[in-house]
Amino acid sequence: MQCPKCHAPMHTYNRNGVQIEQCSGCRGIFLDYGELEALARLESQWSQPAPPPQAYPAPPAPAWGAPQGGHGGGHGGGHYGGHHGGHHGHHKSFGHMLFSS
Amino acid sequence: MTADLLRGLAAAARAAAHRADEPCTCPDDGSARTPAGTSAPALVDTPAEISDARTLADRPDGTVVRHGGVVAKAHAPDTDRAGLAARLAVAARLDGVLLAPLDPAPAPLHDRLVTLWPYGTPVDPDDPDAAPWEAAAGLLARLHRAPAGPDPSGGRPLPPMRGPVKAVRAIRRMAAAGPHPAAPVVLRAWAGLPGWARDRAPMPDATTLCHGDLHLGQLVRHPAAEGPWRLIDVDDLGVGVAAWDLARPAAWYACGLLPPDAWTRFLDAYRAAGGPAVPAAGDPWPALDVPARALTVQTAALAVAKAVAAGRPLDEVESCVIDACDRMSGLPPELDGAFPS
Repeated sequence: MQCPKCHAPMHTYNRNGVQIEQCSGCRGIFLDYGELEALARLESQWSQPAPPPQAYPAPPAPAWGAPQGGHGGGHGGGHYGGHHGGHHGHHKSFGHMLFSS
Repeated sequence: MTADLLRGLAAAARAAAHRADEPCTCPDDGSARTPAGTSAPALVDTPAEISDARTLADRPDGTVVRHGGVVAKAHAPDTDRAGLAARLAVAARLDGVLLAPLDPAPAPLHDRLVTLWPYGTPVDPDDPDAAPWEAAAGLLARLHRAPAGPDPSGGRPLPPMRGPVKAVRAIRRMAAAGPHPAAPVVLRAWAGLPGWARDRAPMPDATTLCHGDLHLGQLVRHPAAEGPWRLIDVDDLGVGVAAWDLARPAAWYACGLLPPDAWTRFLDAYRAAGGPAVPAAGDPWPALDVPARALTVQTAALAVAKAVAAGRPLDEVESCVIDACDRMSGLPPELDGAFPS
């Protein structure tokens, strides 16, 4: 096809699955219907920060277990203190429970 | 525990720690000191303590005295002699998984049975982050895979693992302590358990070797202090449902107390070692559900009993366990291997 502006021949390129016609003379670009939206979508995916890695998805727990928040999911590691934000290993009561019959 | 028995226990440990013709050069004369006030064997290996005689534990279910490299244990007054002998035979046979006794036959002392053991270094109670979860899981997997006997020398068959018996005792202790607002919550969760978990019916497994009372106080390094980890305390060991041995960590995790990574390390290591209590992959909870409920109820019952006796409120960790009992009541236990069609 020819460029509607300068009438030089246009060449077709494929960029990430989107067909783009570019004029060999004025370097103008022609997009088919929907291709602008497709490019915008690709760009937003590209610039979005990667989702935080879920290195340790919470292992399964029984239905009677503590609500998931209690398992430290998304809290950056577990806590021996349970729901009240006690720091890992610093709760005397649970420390004692670990060692008693 | 009378002072006489405590002295006798210390003497037994001292005699085993030194040859008959060798004088005791330990700083202490062998008589036991008073308990340190903690039930956990919170020893730090300093040279003075290694050669000392001291009480590691003094509870109704057993008194433990150490002299040098030897530990003497007086078992609970109601201990069945033949049952203890069968359990000691397993410990002697499975050296490397269980700590082996110095002598596989218990000796009478006053009205109690006494056993002698090499001293091992316990898990540091002040550093639960350093808990050897992988080692504990590996030892349990080996125990659960070992033949349960009876041992080839003609010993009597191993009695059942005593986990459910201990759960019943905890419930009785709570009832005897007096009324508490949380007691009905615990009893409702208890009533929802199948009979075998309440010691009302035989366990569904009568062939698998189990420890019966696993917690972090049941692991020592032998030889002290750098040797490999071993399981100790065979009083509740027997044949039964192996998932019971995984159920304390499982319960702690379910109650929101044990971090998910510690639970995952424990469970993965158990599976990697071929432990038979849970399927090798997939959801382990159909197998763990009943024992983890039972140990949550047991822990809750003991917490209520202690709170009533001390006239104090439940602390936050204890409240987490009571809350779990409350949530159980509306949810019938999962049935291992049997799904309704």
